[in-house]
Amino acid sequence: MLSIEVSGLKKYYGNLKAVDGIDFTVKKGEVFGLLGPNGAGKTTTIEIMEGLRERDSGDVKILGFDPWKNGYELHKKIGVIPQNFTFFEKTTPREAINYYADLFHVKADADAILREVLLEDMAKHNFESLSGGQKQKTGLALSLVNQPELLFLDEPTTGLDPNARRAIWEVIRGLKAKGKTIILTTHYLDEAQQLSDRVAIMDHGHIVAIGTTQEIIQQHGSGERLEIHGSQQLADYIKENTELQVEYDPAIGIITVALKKKIDALAALAAAEQSGLEWGNIQTRQDSLDDVFIKLAREPLDEQEKTTSETQTGKKRRL
Amino acid sequence: MVSAKRIYADFKVFSVGYLRNKFGLFFGLIFPVVLILIFGAIFAGGGGEAVNVYVQNQDTGAFGQNIGDNFLTALNQSTTINVITVNTSENFAEFLASNSASDGILIPPNFSTDYIAGNQINITVYGNPASSTSGIVSGTVNGYANYFNLQRFNGTTVIGVTSATVNTQQTNYVDFLIPGLIGFSILTSPMFSLVNISSEYKKNKLFKQLSLTPLTKMEWLISKVIFYILLSIAGFLLMVGVGIFVFDAHITLSLWLIPFLVLGPVLFASLGMLVGIVTKNPETAGVIGNIVTFPMMFLAGTFFPISSMPTYLQTVAHVLPLFYVTEGLNNVMVYNNISAAMFDIAVLGIITLVIFVFAVKLFKWRED
Repeated sequence: MLSIEVSGLKKYYGNLKAVDGIDFTVKKGEVFGLLGPNGAGKTTTIEIMEGLRERDSGDVKILGFDPWKNGYELHKKIGVIPQNFTFFEKTTPREAINYYADLFHVKADADAILREVLLEDMAKHNFESLSGGQKQKTGLALSLVNQPELLFLDEPTTGLDPNARRAIWEVIRGLKAKGKTIILTTHYLDEAQQLSDRVAIMDHGHIVAIGTTQEIIQQHGSGERLEIHGSQQLADYIKENTELQVEYDPAIGIITVALKKKIDALAALAAAEQSGLEWGNIQTRQDSLDDVFIKLAREPLDEQEKTTSETQTGKKRRL
Repeated sequence: MVSAKRIYADFKVFSVGYLRNKFGLFFGLIFPVVLILIFGAIFAGGGGEAVNVYVQNQDTGAFGQNIGDNFLTALNQSTTINVITVNTSENFAEFLASNSASDGILIPPNFSTDYIAGNQINITVYGNPASSTSGIVSGTVNGYANYFNLQRFNGTTVIGVTSATVNTQQTNYVDFLIPGLIGFSILTSPMFSLVNISSEYKKNKLFKQLSLTPLTKMEWLISKVIFYILLSIAGFLLMVGVGIFVFDAHITLSLWLIPFLVLGPVLFASLGMLVGIVTKNPETAGVIGNIVTFPMMFLAGTFFPISSMPTYLQTVAHVLPLFYVTEGLNNVMVYNNISAAMFDIAVLGIITLVIFVFAVKLFKWRED
């Protein structure tokens, strides 16, 4: 059963094609990640789905509702954390939950919800005195008050420290386990990889890749390769003595050998040993979602994303 | 469609938040009172407990006694009245009017003669119906008249008290200052607060967030308006209390004040919201808010009477919405001129309706 059906969705702001004809569906109970650099159209897409923005054209059905025309009805069935969630400064998380419960005309167990989002300790603190992670958790708590079947989490962990991010992940995993359908936009690719069943990568208003992370890496990545720390001379020796595709990057002193089969690694290493030349660390690596993301997203990433990507590419598998 | 339950929920969260914000509470309630204390102390002078009353004794005495003098001496010994004698050459009624006095006592000629002879004779007490001191004066005079009657054989009533109205224009500065500063607080609290809230909520997308709940923008606005009406009434009671108990202000309290205490906050909350939502960011909103608020604060009769301003500024004052609040409050509280107040209520009602409708129309929960 489909929770979300989007087809031919377009939204232009003057000449800017924020969303330029996208199609996707999300199944009930699925966690769907929407990735893309800043300005790719993620937030516009998610806000159209939430019924906060009107689309120019295309069809959008959320839980069977047209989000713009039937927003008022839809909002009773969805939960949302907008980007940079914020709330009334002098209101505590517990009061906020009770406020939402009154607005939605539902009975809410504030303590149970606070426990669910790991925020019981701060129940009586004013929102303004909470840390970034606790504020996001308050947002999560509020998005749960009306017991929604579908949740939209727009960059729920942006700007949070690693511990706070992981705490939010735990909450999201808990929600997934309960069978909630979740739409997640994020800058952090590890987050998408960790939490999503499927992801879509957006760029310049288009979806440039969609599927499980493994599928996307297979489709758009460049396969497995062996990296050897060594000299130009060694690179030439391996190239001459094997049939492998060898490249050398003098800037970092790394020889890269493309591996069509895993056994190719053995041939390359045997050649290196035979050469009698010196060689250092070896490792194999495969394109990560980050590599694919960088390849697919045409615009340079912002600083934050660069940092994330660098940390990501540092995760290499040792032989 | 409008749900009282949701309005109450929003009202509750907003008022609890407001009460926790000591700064807002200070500016909403305490600051106008502090202004009354400061301005009142500057302009009202010492102001003892006894009421200063001008008296003219036209009695020439009889049998070597001047009962009129005796009566005034007795009055002066009361703790409520402080007698100031006016020369018999003055026209007493004109004297009172030209001295902006709200109270006066006139002892007629032949007072001693008639008193001794047992003929009916009346003391005239001049008073202003809008003044709280007039009651004190006429009460005291009546009391002493009874006392003097009882002093006569068998207590037969010979001294009567008749009242006359003083044609004074304005009592004193504090009387004027209280309606002015009530107007000031009706303007500033909702206005500054809503400029700030609506521009901040727009900037940090709180409106969008609220739009994802069943709360409607109308309910949100109504809850704010109710809050500021209650805050204005609280401020009103505080200011009137301070005015009466600290400065002995001569003000009339009547149900005709309610329309101003309701329409005023609706008008300025809507105007504040309008400024907040049509401006791009909170900084611009703050500037525009000040541009709209400050001329009203000074030109609409809050700190100074309109009549003391040059004619062209008086014309300007008439286009400022706050003018109809302060003028109306003055008409009810000081001049007791209800028909003029009804006109102010009508104008204020129309302006409020227009601004409210504009604010609701231009206020967008969602974006297109």
